[in-house]
Amino acid sequence: MAKKEEKSLEIPKQEVIKADELERTRDRYCYIPKTDIYETEDEIILIADVPGADQDSVDITLEKNVLSINVLVDNNVHAGYDRIYSEYESGDFQRSFRLSDEINQNNIKAVVSNGELRLHLPKVEPVKAKKIVVKAA
Amino acid sequence: MYRRFRVPSIWREMDQLQREMNHLFEASGGKRVLGSPKYPAINIWANEESQFISAEMPGIKADDINIDVTADTLTISGSRVHDETVENTRFHRQERGYGPFARTIQLPFMIDTSSVDANFKNGVLDIKLQRAESDKPKKIAVKSE
Repeated sequence: MAKKEEKSLEIPKQEVIKADELERTRDRYCYIPKTDIYETEDEIILIADVPGADQDSVDITLEKNVLSINVLVDNNVHAGYDRIYSEYESGDFQRSFRLSDEINQNNIKAVVSNGELRLHLPKVEPVKAKKIVVKAA
Repeated sequence: MYRRFRVPSIWREMDQLQREMNHLFEASGGKRVLGSPKYPAINIWANEESQFISAEMPGIKADDINIDVTADTLTISGSRVHDETVENTRFHRQERGYGPFARTIQLPFMIDTSSVDANFKNGVLDIKLQRAESDKPKKIAVKSE
């Protein structure tokens, strides 16, 4: 078992930097969700911090082995109040991961609770090596 | 800004410029602090009557958050716990922080401690604080004799 790294809670949010310079249509901040990935015997578990997200705001797509997580979060604005002090901005989340072939891509489960997105990526059954019998002619 | 019968003071102009710049930055949503000094990072929303303190605390259960108030301070404390580790677990990536936290905030006004309302939804904590009746500004009538 790999040693768990102790990280402090005070990690600032990190904005998404688009390599291809495509612009987003939403005028919002967009952050990279902080993610833990760990592997057990029969699945890979991915946990991402997506504060403010609920079941309907999370969009997960899987295309050509690339798993994309897109979260559109509603602005947490209090009508009739002025923001007098600010340490964080709320914003959307976006991140993609490349999956290996050892994951059963038809059986991925995703759960959102308490602002935490949890993906269960089950591993495929180990493929048995096929033995080819060589016949003598 | 140049006035005819006055020596233009460069310092005055500089002060003016600084004020304008400060105003420009403050206009977009209160005082900004990049990277919170402590966890959790907070935003404060206020009006005459009450204020909201909001904080993003993903992955923490509502039961694990403690909120303590006095007349003019608010303490948010709790702990984010690791997942139960199953045998033979191997970490590929670990970016999220864990552990206990506590933060005390000095409030800009005295509050009514009996009417504090805290709501935790989707990893976002919203605390509503009512301004104490005794602390509200009083209007003073000006008499003329």
